[in-house]
Amino acid sequence: MLNNLTAHEAHSLLASKKISSVELTEAVFAQIEKTENKLKAYVTLTKDEALKRAKAADNNGNFTGLAGIPIAIKDNMCTKGILTTCSSKILANYLPPYDATIVEKLAAAGAAPIGKTNLDEFAMGSSTENSGFHTTHNPWDLNTVPGGSSGGSAAAVASGECILALGSDTGGSIRQPASFCGVVGLKPTYGRVSRYGLVAFASSLDQIGPLAKDVTDSAWLMNVLAGYDPKDSTSVDIPVPDYRMALVNDVKKFRIGLISDLMGKGTDEAVKAAIKDAARKLESLGAIVEEVSLPTFEYAVPTYYLIAPAEASSNLARFDGVKFGHRSSDAPDLLTMYYNTRREGFGAEVKRRIMLGTYALSAGYYDAYYLKALKVRTLIKQDFEKAFKHFDVLISPTAPSPAFKIGEKAADPLSMYLSDIATIPVNLAGLPAISLPCGFSGGLPIGLQIIGEAFAEEKLLQVAYTYEQNTEWHKRRPTL
Amino acid sequence: MKIDVEAVAKLARLGLSPEEKKLFGEQLSRILDHADTLKKLNTDKVEPTSHAIPMKNVLREDKVIPCANVDDILLNAPQAEEHMFKVPRIVE
Repeated sequence: MLNNLTAHEAHSLLASKKISSVELTEAVFAQIEKTENKLKAYVTLTKDEALKRAKAADNNGNFTGLAGIPIAIKDNMCTKGILTTCSSKILANYLPPYDATIVEKLAAAGAAPIGKTNLDEFAMGSSTENSGFHTTHNPWDLNTVPGGSSGGSAAAVASGECILALGSDTGGSIRQPASFCGVVGLKPTYGRVSRYGLVAFASSLDQIGPLAKDVTDSAWLMNVLAGYDPKDSTSVDIPVPDYRMALVNDVKKFRIGLISDLMGKGTDEAVKAAIKDAARKLESLGAIVEEVSLPTFEYAVPTYYLIAPAEASSNLARFDGVKFGHRSSDAPDLLTMYYNTRREGFGAEVKRRIMLGTYALSAGYYDAYYLKALKVRTLIKQDFEKAFKHFDVLISPTAPSPAFKIGEKAADPLSMYLSDIATIPVNLAGLPAISLPCGFSGGLPIGLQIIGEAFAEEKLLQVAYTYEQNTEWHKRRPTL
Repeated sequence: MKIDVEAVAKLARLGLSPEEKKLFGEQLSRILDHADTLKKLNTDKVEPTSHAIPMKNVLREDKVIPCANVDDILLNAPQAEEHMFKVPRIVE
């Protein structure tokens, strides 16, 4: 089945003319035809556009990098003339007048964009249950969530409904769904990848990155995504390495810190066991693994759930029914138009976070909540800095449990927020981290998170690649 | 912590149903109670971090570059007239 190939495997077959990009793209759409009604990973499919690009790649015949590779794009990244909804009713008809920088880069690389994947509305959530359109199902067990917010992208990669996908990660939205769906997800360092054209949720935390079937594909996609963009003043102007050079099967003398604070009572026994096995595996390969404590981690969730909603409440002020998106038909005056447009257009979680953020920023509460959170953010960052004096990378579970059941946490926002405990500190500190499969519990995948220093993606990739080359977890695929 | 849901919704220009007001009032109180755990940390001498990576102002030369087509932009307007966004009357 061509759709189950990794990008680098497909590339070899394309380059040696054993298959065509059109055949590969058609295999992906055949899988979509077969399984999409069960998974609901996509919001919009762009088959004509994908086949057009595939044909162009075949005619060109020069298959380098991701040329001719079908790729899925999370639906919060702008695609010119193609619906970009953020899985929100307020943007249900939005046709961007421009492409996000990363969409331009994929086009320049010759990749074939096959569709826009489902997410929690405006990327706010950990399960895709907050999508304004439908919930995506986990291909390993259709009764469980795929994680979120990039749940559509993760489910599509895991099920072969694409070869590669893009996600965005504000508090774990690439890594947690990667963990739940048994794929590899990489959140780059803040500023490594342009955010131009990514619909902003929390601007100081958002970052675009790859979801892939293995570590090698993640490195390949990073080669396309990474780099300075004059259109994003927060993108960082430093040289981009060839990430494929980091795919070295060797962790000898690597100092690895196992974060003990994430191995306590909040984490499932099966998850802890899998992470300890992974630590032993890395040790057996020559790494030096020791436990390390980052005591401010217990404050990361409340810190994040003040900062991210505060930024969101400001960013989402633009959805007011004036320039784009939904406008209420009940709009006798401007103020009523705002109220009704936003009441009708936003779902419950988005409203909750706008309320929370507005409150945290409001006069009288700003110092106690928002400013306090920014100060604790400094302490969390310092905890990481201390740890990286002794360690090359840090490891932990990506999530405290495997995928939970659809509906299990939907009624209790706080319990949903607490499931982000392992991923959130990384965004607050702006660091890169990767999640890759390291075991199974009850038929559901478990993810190992590896965290690095700012702009040290190569170290993450090397440790992840070495682990992957010496284990078999990434070869398992769900049967649908 | 009890919050004045109506006042906050007004600041956010967010219309809420009576059910939403009640539900959010309860849920936000619980979330803010959890956030109060931050008070355990002494941060008197700690500087706030608004960006994890050092940021500076970025300047560029003031030269004209092409931007998206006006008609493409207005395609998304709920109401438009003669290259303008149309909204309900603001000034009587």
